[in-house]
Formats: sequence, structure tokens, C-alpha cells
Amino acid sequence: MAEEGGGHPAEVALRPPNPRTTWEGCSVLLDINDGDRLVFARLSPAATLKIGNKKCFLSPLIGCPFGSLFRVDTGPDGPHLTRISSSSAPSHDNCMQETDDGQSIDELRDNRSLIDNNTAQSLSSNDIDAMRREGATGDEIVEALMANSSTFGKKTAFSQEKYKLKKQKKYAPKVLLRRPSTRSICETYFKKHPARIGFLRMDTLSLLLSMANVGAYSDVLVVDMVGGLLTGAIAERLGGIGYICSTYFRSMPYPSDIVRMFNFSREICSRVIQAPFSDLCSSQNLDNENSKSHENIQSSEIQSQTEDSLLTDCASKSSIALPEDPVVSEGDSLPDCRHENNTSTGCKSANPGRKAPPELIKLWKEKGFNSLIVAAPELELGSLIQDLLPLLSYSAPFAIYHQFLQPLATCMHRLQTSRMAINLQISEPWLREYQVLPSRTHPMMQMSACGGYILSGIRICISEGCNGNN
Amino acid sequence: MLLIDPSKRNSFEWHICEGDLVIVYERHDNMKAVKVQKGSVFQNRFGIFKHSDWIGKPFGSKVLSNKGGFVYLLAPTPELWTLVLSHRTQILYLPDISLVLSYLEIVPGCLVLESGTGSGSLTTSLARAVAPSGHVYTFDFHEQRATLAREDFTRIGLSSLVTVTVRDIQGEGFPEEFCGSADSVFLDLPQPWLAMPSVGRMLKQDGVLCSFSPCIEQVQRSCEALKSNFTDVRTFEVLLRTYEIKEVRMDGNGGGEGSPVGPFPRKRRQCLSGEGSNGSMEQTTAVMVRPCSEARGHTGYLTFARLACI
Repeated sequence: MAEEGGGHPAEVALRPPNPRTTWEGCSVLLDINDGDRLVFARLSPAATLKIGNKKCFLSPLIGCPFGSLFRVDTGPDGPHLTRISSSSAPSHDNCMQETDDGQSIDELRDNRSLIDNNTAQSLSSNDIDAMRREGATGDEIVEALMANSSTFGKKTAFSQEKYKLKKQKKYAPKVLLRRPSTRSICETYFKKHPARIGFLRMDTLSLLLSMANVGAYSDVLVVDMVGGLLTGAIAERLGGIGYICSTYFRSMPYPSDIVRMFNFSREICSRVIQAPFSDLCSSQNLDNENSKSHENIQSSEIQSQTEDSLLTDCASKSSIALPEDPVVSEGDSLPDCRHENNTSTGCKSANPGRKAPPELIKLWKEKGFNSLIVAAPELELGSLIQDLLPLLSYSAPFAIYHQFLQPLATCMHRLQTSRMAINLQISEPWLREYQVLPSRTHPMMQMSACGGYILSGIRICISEGCNGNN
Repeated sequence: MLLIDPSKRNSFEWHICEGDLVIVYERHDNMKAVKVQKGSVFQNRFGIFKHSDWIGKPFGSKVLSNKGGFVYLLAPTPELWTLVLSHRTQILYLPDISLVLSYLEIVPGCLVLESGTGSGSLTTSLARAVAPSGHVYTFDFHEQRATLAREDFTRIGLSSLVTVTVRDIQGEGFPEEFCGSADSVFLDLPQPWLAMPSVGRMLKQDGVLCSFSPCIEQVQRSCEALKSNFTDVRTFEVLLRTYEIKEVRMDGNGGGEGSPVGPFPRKRRQCLSGEGSNGSMEQTTAVMVRPCSEARGHTGYLTFARLACI
């Protein structure tokens, strides 16, 4: 391997990380109305998005910087997305600037005389439709609603702000274009379809990556039964150097469609390798026995996994859109997903990850993996971990995620007795978000009560003359 | 040291050499970083350990003292380093560090700005995340601490990835040379709002900022300052709860006549001390788990924000 300037050969192939602008065919995360609704989409020419009862093409989003804001405008060809600047976006600060002086008057106001009987607003829905037909913008409709509300003037400044934001969300919705990354993909799935990712919360996923010391040059052994989210997260941190060996205890790899949402380059995709556990084991007898026993345990899981993979396959055919969101329609279908993409980067094959070449398997048997991460949130762990640990180098860290506490406790106990690992710890992460506003700072009303549990530790060498895989 | 050099990649073939930094592990809450030198010894309550016994052994080995006591020799990782480094300031721990790395979207090749450096706990994790092609520029206004941090990074082999500079970021902002080139910025300052205009100039389009503050008043002032040119401002608290396990052997109901008082308690005690199983009784073991009684209640608030698109 010729080296220039002391660089690792793979380094020269790396692109600048974190692209800042969209391109045709890239995967994006659309944030509608400040987090109210999150949608994954692929920016193919015919892709559309439905907001309320309007359907808009996503093509105006191609070539725009991530972080751009769009609003729905009604034009001669129907509703379409127009890019707007963030300064004209509705936000708390814009509203509050006008009312800062009125703070002392505000303290005298309260809601004792407000009666909720639906008579405050004098504009009817017909009036609003008429305004729309005459070409009024969403913001103009909101202003009109505020002006025609008999109770608006009696509200506190905070209350008026809240009212205005609520109306804006309905009549002048905004779409924020976001680049998918580990954290945003995890958070979106956790909010919408937590079962697909085994209830793995974003802080738990971050902990797994740190506890297992994931970084460039690592060779990471992974059991990913959370739809590919874990594989994608690790691939992001490897940045094209090092490998992920995604292993499985049945005949087919576990579904990993989520990897395709990361917009990985070809170099990064090429680092995801798949190998059945039987291939990774040193002795032939051992692997036959083990894979059979693990497959028995998982026969019930296979059923649910296959169904799950069918679901995600259907979703991916309609271009990553989660089934209940009619995000993309006819224009973006199966052919887009299947054919090799020459123009844009990305692994669009049905199952991202290639079969392990024999030389890599040999290398891993000789050197061992640098770390192990397991996210099999519904498996009965049993002797799974003890079968996987011998594949790890000595002093290599591991992290095991599970939805339930008991299997990890049992596993920890087994590892303690067998003395295969030290620094064993069961952790439960706790995450709380805050609303920070002048005079209104407090934790958010809603909170996630459980993001799962992690068993972490370090593999050690137990005998005096340890060398190689024993 | 920290997996940056592919030739030193942690593997079955990686053996401890003279000059290596090892983490000597006594217990999960008792570890030390030691530089291996022929002729030196390491001493603790378990006895005296000769470094020469360590050389040639693989990382992850158990080594014995002159009295037959033992410790484990582990390869350094940013996580272990955080637990053994010398505290010159209050440091950031694993839960905060891991969320910061994720939220700031730090991947290999990124350019990250940090202030203050403190004891270098987060810096070490940032370095691993940007390796091999990225860089961490870290700033601290305290000259002596900056020097100690620089020495630490050299000791753990990160000097090619981290540059430490003495600079008062609150007073002067970040150096102009970094304008528009930072992927992510991290602030751990007493008055971070003073640095925010500068951060706005340093970040690339859609770049991410994180500000860590122990007090809610600081968070409020920071969020106020972020309104002008940042968006997606979110504040979190993250903590970790740990669990402990205990094995309990329970007598089966096979042989007993019924009454739980009398012989039962004694037999249970015998079983727990592990002095052999009671042949006539069935025994099962159960593992019980409960939260540890001690936990960290608060470290600081993490406020994240993205540079708004113009």
C-alpha cells in the first residue's frame, strides 16, 4: 500500500464531512411547523409532500443549503414551496420585541373573564377561504384573525404570542430542510416509531458509541436489530476508515434500511460488512452448535423480524416515507431505489452492506475486533454475549443495549462469574429537555421515561499465556 | 495511543512496550494512568509490581505483585482517560460527553473549536471523533492549565490532532483565521453569551454550537443571546443511573414439610455462603437487580443551537 505524505490510503478518498447543501436524490429530514411533524424524504424530481390538504413538489429544495426554510404559497399551478429567509420566520423573539415595554401592564392581566364559548372570532371559515381565493398570504390571514378576535386584546403578551404561533402553524405552515444525522434520525424514529428501533433513545445511542470507543481505525463487531440505526451511527463515526462487521444468528442479515437515510458516500458504505456468526467462529463444531441454538431461540423473533423487514421494505419502496405519511407519490417508486445511482453518492442497494470477504474474516480472527456493540432489544440474551466476547481483542470495550433490565442483570452475573470481563456496569440514561424563555423557564411537560439500559465492560485476558483467540 | 495510529491498533498481537501508557485497573472506581519504564515499579495496597513484568504482555492482562495480589493493565481510551486524568478544573463526564459528540455531529474530518480546555476531558473525546483528518482547536485563558493540558495530550499521543492556545474567548472571541470554517463549537465558560457573536462568525453554514452551563440563569442569558442568529435552540439535562446486582440462592420446595420457620433460615444462610449445595433440596439461583443508592444529581445544562441560514 503506497502511502503519500504519511496518510493512510483511505484518507485520501475521504470527502469533507457533513455536506451543507442538498443534491438531487439525497435523503432529507423535513421539519414541519417547528417539530410538530417530522418526515423523511428523498429529493427525487417527482417527489411531493402533503401539508394539510395541499400537495407540493419537493424539487425547489434541491440545491438549497440545509437549514433553509420554506413556506407554502398558492400559485397558478397550485400550491408550491417557496424559500424564505429565517428572519421572517415566526419565532418567539419577533413577537416579544414589541411587547417588552408593556411588561408591567401585563402583570395586571389574567384570564378570569375569558369564556370559551367559540364566539370570540368574528371571521368565519368561509371568510377565510374567500381571503385565500383572493390571494392573501398565510401571514395576512393570521393578522386578520388577530384583528377580528374580541378577546385578543385582553390577553397577556405571552398568551397573545402563543395564539399567534398557533394560527401561523395552521394557516402559514413552514417547512425546515434538515440534513439527516445519527441524532436527528434517532430522535425522529423515537418519536414516531420507537418500536422499530427498539426504543433506543438518542442519548442511549450516543452512550453506546462512546462506551464502545468507536472512532476511525476501529473494527467494530455489531449485532444490529434496530433497523440499521446502530450500523449507520457507527459508520458515521468511522468516517470510512475501519470496518463494521454486522453479524447475525440466522440465515439472513437483519433488516437495515435506516442506513440509507444517512447519505453515506460509497467509501463509507463499503465499510459495512455482513457476516453470519457461524463464519466468524474459530472452530467448525462450535459454530454449528451455537448458530443452531441461537436460531432456535430466535425462531419466534425471526417471525417478527421478517414482518418488520417487509414493512420497512414497503416503506423504502415508497422512498423511505413512513407508511402513514403520504410524503412521496407515484413519481418516486421502486426503480429509484433499485438502480445503481451514478450521479449522486450513496448506497441504494436493497441491503446496504456487503458480504464479508474471506481475507477480512481471517484478519479479524487473527487480530480480534476493537469493540462490540449489541442492540438486540427483544432477544433473550442467554449465552449470546459469552459467544461474542472471544471475538474481541483483549482490553476491548463492549456495550450491550436492551429494552429490559433483567436480561442484562443475568448477563452481567454470568460475565462476572466467568471472569471474562471487568469494569462491568449497568447504566440507565436519563434525559430531560427544558423550555427556556424569559420568565417562562421550566422543564418540558413531556418527557421520555425510559430509553433502555446498557451493560458495558472491558474484555480481559484470563489466563497467564494468553495469545490469540482462546 | 488512542487508536489513532493503525500500527498500534488494539489487537491480540498488541503487546505492552517500554514507554507505553497503560491504565492500571484495581477496581472500577480505582484506576491510574502509568507510563511503562523498565526498572520502575508500581506500588499499591496489593504489593509491588515490576514494570519489567508488564513488558511483552498483551493489554488486558492480569499481572501479579510480589505478594500475589493483582491488577489489570488496560489500553487507554478517552473514557478511561476521563476517569484517571488529574483534575485541575471540574470536568465533563461520559453522559454529557457522549451527547455533545452526537448532537454536534462530529465525525472524522471535522474542525472543532472548544473553550475552555479545562482538564482536557472532553477534548480527548473530541480528538478521537475528528481523527485522522480533522482537528480540535482548544482555548483556555489560564496559562498554566493550558500548558498542563498540552502536556497531557502529548502523553496520550494526541498532539497531532489538538492545538492548545492561551486566549480569553469571552473577551476577545475566537481568532479571525477560523471564520466560517468551524463545523462545531463547544463552550464551557462562565459567561458564554459574550462569546456567541464570535461563534456565529466561526461556524460554517448550519454548523452546531453547544454551551455547557451549571446554572439556569446562565442558560437563560445564553438563550437570549442566541436568538439573533441561531435557530433550533434546545436545552437538555442528561444523567446516568447505575444498577447493582446480587445473586441469591433460593431453596426449592421439593423436600420440605412446609413450615418456613425453623430449619429454613439456617439452610438459606449456608447456601448463601456457598458451602456446598444441599442434596435433598432443589436450588435455583436468581439475580436481583436494583438501582445504586448514590447517583450524580446534576452536572450542567447543555444548550444546543444551529447557525441560522441567511
